[in-house]
Amino acid sequence: MEHYTMNLTLKVWKQKNKDVRGSFETYRVKDISSEMSFLEMFDVLNEQLVHEGKEPIAFDHDCREGICGMCSMYINGRPHGPWHGTTTCQLHMRAFKDGDTIVVEPWRANSFAVIKDLIVDRGAFDRIIQAGGFISVNTGNAQDGNNIPIEKEKADQAFAAAACIGCGACVAACKNSSAMLFVSAKVSHLALLPQGAPEKRTRVLNMIAQMDKEGFGACTNTGACEAVCPKEISLENIARLNKEYLGAAATIDK
Amino acid sequence: MLDSKIPPGKLEDKWNDYKGHVKLVNPANKRKLEVIIVGTGLAGASAAAALGELGYRVKAYCFQDSPRRAHSIAAQGGINAAKNYQNDGDSVFRLFYDTIKGGDYRARESNVHRLAEVSVNIIDQCVAQGVPFAREYGGLLNNRSFGGTQVKRTFYAAGQTGQQLLIGAYQALERQVALGNVTMYSRHEMLDIVKIDGKARGIICRNLVTGELERHFGHAVLLCSGGYGNVFYLSTNAMGSNVTAAWKAHKQGAYFGNPCFTQIHPTCIPVTGDHQSKLTLMSESLRNDGRIWVPKKKDDPRKANDIPEDERDYYLERRYPAFGNLVPRDVASRAAKERCDAGYGVGTTKQAVYLDFKYNLINKYGKTEAGKQGIENPDQETLIRLGKEVVKEEYGNLFDMYEKITGENPYEVPMRIYPAVHYTMGGLWVDYELMTSVTGLYALGECNFSDHGANRLGASALMQGLADGYFVIPYTLGNYLADEIGTKPIPTTHEAFVEAEKAVADRINKLMNIKGKQSVESLHKRLGKIMWEKCGMARNAQGLKEAIDEIRALKKEFWSDVRIPGEINEMNPELDKANRVADFIELGELMCIDALNRAESCGGHFREESQTEDGEALRHDDQFMYVSAWEYKGDSDWQLNKEELNYEVIKPTQRNYK
Ligand SMILES: Cc1cc2nc3c(=O)[nH]c(=O)nc-3n(C[C@H](O)[C@H](O)[C@H](O)COP(=O)(O)OP(=O)(O)OC[C@H]3O[C@@H](n4cnc5c(N)ncnc54)[C@H](O)[C@@H]3O)c2cc1C
Ligand code: SF4
Ligand code: FES
Repeated sequence: MEHYTMNLTLKVWKQKNKDVRGSFETYRVKDISSEMSFLEMFDVLNEQLVHEGKEPIAFDHDCREGICGMCSMYINGRPHGPWHGTTTCQLHMRAFKDGDTIVVEPWRANSFAVIKDLIVDRGAFDRIIQAGGFISVNTGNAQDGNNIPIEKEKADQAFAAAACIGCGACVAACKNSSAMLFVSAKVSHLALLPQGAPEKRTRVLNMIAQMDKEGFGACTNTGACEAVCPKEISLENIARLNKEYLGAAATIDK
Repeated sequence: MLDSKIPPGKLEDKWNDYKGHVKLVNPANKRKLEVIIVGTGLAGASAAAALGELGYRVKAYCFQDSPRRAHSIAAQGGINAAKNYQNDGDSVFRLFYDTIKGGDYRARESNVHRLAEVSVNIIDQCVAQGVPFAREYGGLLNNRSFGGTQVKRTFYAAGQTGQQLLIGAYQALERQVALGNVTMYSRHEMLDIVKIDGKARGIICRNLVTGELERHFGHAVLLCSGGYGNVFYLSTNAMGSNVTAAWKAHKQGAYFGNPCFTQIHPTCIPVTGDHQSKLTLMSESLRNDGRIWVPKKKDDPRKANDIPEDERDYYLERRYPAFGNLVPRDVASRAAKERCDAGYGVGTTKQAVYLDFKYNLINKYGKTEAGKQGIENPDQETLIRLGKEVVKEEYGNLFDMYEKITGENPYEVPMRIYPAVHYTMGGLWVDYELMTSVTGLYALGECNFSDHGANRLGASALMQGLADGYFVIPYTLGNYLADEIGTKPIPTTHEAFVEAEKAVADRINKLMNIKGKQSVESLHKRLGKIMWEKCGMARNAQGLKEAIDEIRALKKEFWSDVRIPGEINEMNPELDKANRVADFIELGELMCIDALNRAESCGGHFREESQTEDGEALRHDDQFMYVSAWEYKGDSDWQLNKEELNYEVIKPTQRNYK
């Protein structure tokens, strides 16, 4: 792999807190190595800002391994930037070339208020899980794990859905700010497993009700979410959710 | 002084007897008792869920924006349990034995045995919650092998085991939030413990969004705040992982156990340059299928794939024929360092070795798949293609991650790997009940010192975190709270809260007013460098003494020249970082003092002065068969307390993986 360095122009959203309006600011960074991660490039910029006596840019991040779901930058018009199936923290500077201008914004959605600069409030996702994204089993009651054989294919599908990291890129990509991909991933994960069956109906109804209450928009099946999802959560999950929802809505009034 | 409260009786009966006799709190009283839980990783989330289910009023805290993002989410390879589903000779005793031996005989027998006992319940609990563990075609749970053992007892979910386990615990936690039993405080950082009449009664924390300080009361306080590997700056830990919660507890009287016991993980992606902000682990499970080697020739300029088989040195298989590539982490790390120091390293920096999958891709997976599909005499290409499919299913996300970071395709060329700081066995000293030396203050998960001795075996941290949270604390906490049912919630206007908050505010003001020239990050990097060079994979008395002086000087520099932009009463990540780094500096000093005191090699702690003829760690059981429990006395001043370790069942021997 050939490495190179580059000089870049960055247009980054700055916003002091949720009550004031933000705006873009322009920064320049030099000698960025193609081996750096995108966030390491931001580290360089922030070090530079601290040395200049300016306030660094606030952004969310933690694991930097693409798994915690914390990082969330809208890069050149795309959540998590240009690489397919990749979080912001796993995006590397090889994706850019010398002289590029990169525009970086926070997730934009009514349900995700900007807290500062590139940081948004994704608390709505936790509340959707509280509405039903679990299996009601208290600690200490479990039977032997191997008493519940699960068809490998089903288990694999449940795993694929459970891979969602709750980052919110799907919402940010959607013109309606729908959270359907996120919700459907959880509904699918649990509905595909026999352990999740007893609460199947209430789960999907309650989660959808909470999603609506949080102000996420409707799903019009454009697929923008799937295209940007760093964990490649499939639209099939939305189809499954719709099926579950219709089934549940039809049988719920007992 | 140090009472580890190990129950009497035979080792295998202790926990059952304890549970049978422990004091209980009735349901009506549980509702009157408030429990603070700092941290929502596997330890904290499982404790919060379990205690919420029991009816306690729980308040849980994390500094991320959601409890689901705790660092446990990043665990890759798997979780151990003595299920013996493979019928390969596993048992509770064997898991117990492997863990004690892997820890180089520096862990407490009673705790480790309990851990092995409850390991089986963990798997059942997680399955019931819907954790999608890997399964075989028959629908039953699958296992893989990990280092330091000769059985297959590791349960996993591809390379995302921690994520799936944490999501399980997180969902159980959120369910309790919905039921009103748990109140969740995200983006909150605990900055001190409040003690009243010698008992932990609350915390002071900073709301990271507004910058305001808050006071919270609890009848008991549980710290589940994770490990402190980031004292080295570069580690496999998440960027936010820090020692602050544990360190504040330490300064309030909780002893710090074995601070120098750090685990350096052998298989991580090597450092590329100064810009590096963290190191990425390539799970130990890869050593199942990858073979580690370096060229036999020094400075071999050829590409890995051009070096013929007989010119490769599979040094682990050569040195440790019995365990081969699956020796414990400390052994594998030192062996890699030894080869690189001797000039056989690969890659541009020469600080790397190869982890090569080709052999097993073809021979293990390729051939099995071909057999399954009835392909006779498959050619090399077919075998590679078939093998790749299996490897993709097992480790796909790790291979993708490697490629994103390095730009190289590990299906085609061997990975380059090098050891990196990964885990801290040391932590707050706790007794059998997980209580620290401060009454009413508990420590669970990686932030306590227990169970792993001087070296942790792979896939055992997840097991410990969940054991502590789901199965141990629900019993042991009751034993304490049973005597607290008469204690009314103490209003946070109590002078102890006022004073604690003032002390935190003063320190923050002091930090903000330094207005120096150096960034927090640059000072943290320098601390990391000192620690890595002098208190890292190999340590000696002279280096450690130098390190102590250097860290003291760095501390002065930090407190006179750090620059923190922004303001106090707003979101200020630089200030958060400064708070943490200030604590890391103090911890670094204690780690070096501990490493200097322990003039033996054991597990991950390698003192160059103490090695066998063939370079293996040499323990001195006659002098160091104890846990170092450091008591904070004042600035740069600690007193050593010793908890003697008594091995009643296992006979400590020189570890041998040959
Ligand atoms: C890359 C990687 C891979 C790993 N893979 C494995 C594996 O395969 N198998 C295995 O067994 N182990 C593995 N480990 C180790 C294991 O993941 C950890 O030891 C374990 O998850 C720690 O869990 P914990 O609950 O103790 O802490 P953490 O998960 O680190 O959680 C800490 C919590 O404390 C909170 N916190 C910390 N300080 C404060 C504060 N001051 N105020 C408020 N909240 C605070 C954080 O917000 C977080 O919620 C791995 C570790 C790493 C780094
Ligand atoms: S579905 Fe994908 S994009 Fe949406 S939250 Fe989950 S991982 Fe992120
Ligand atoms: S920082 Fe964790 S997913 Fe990016």
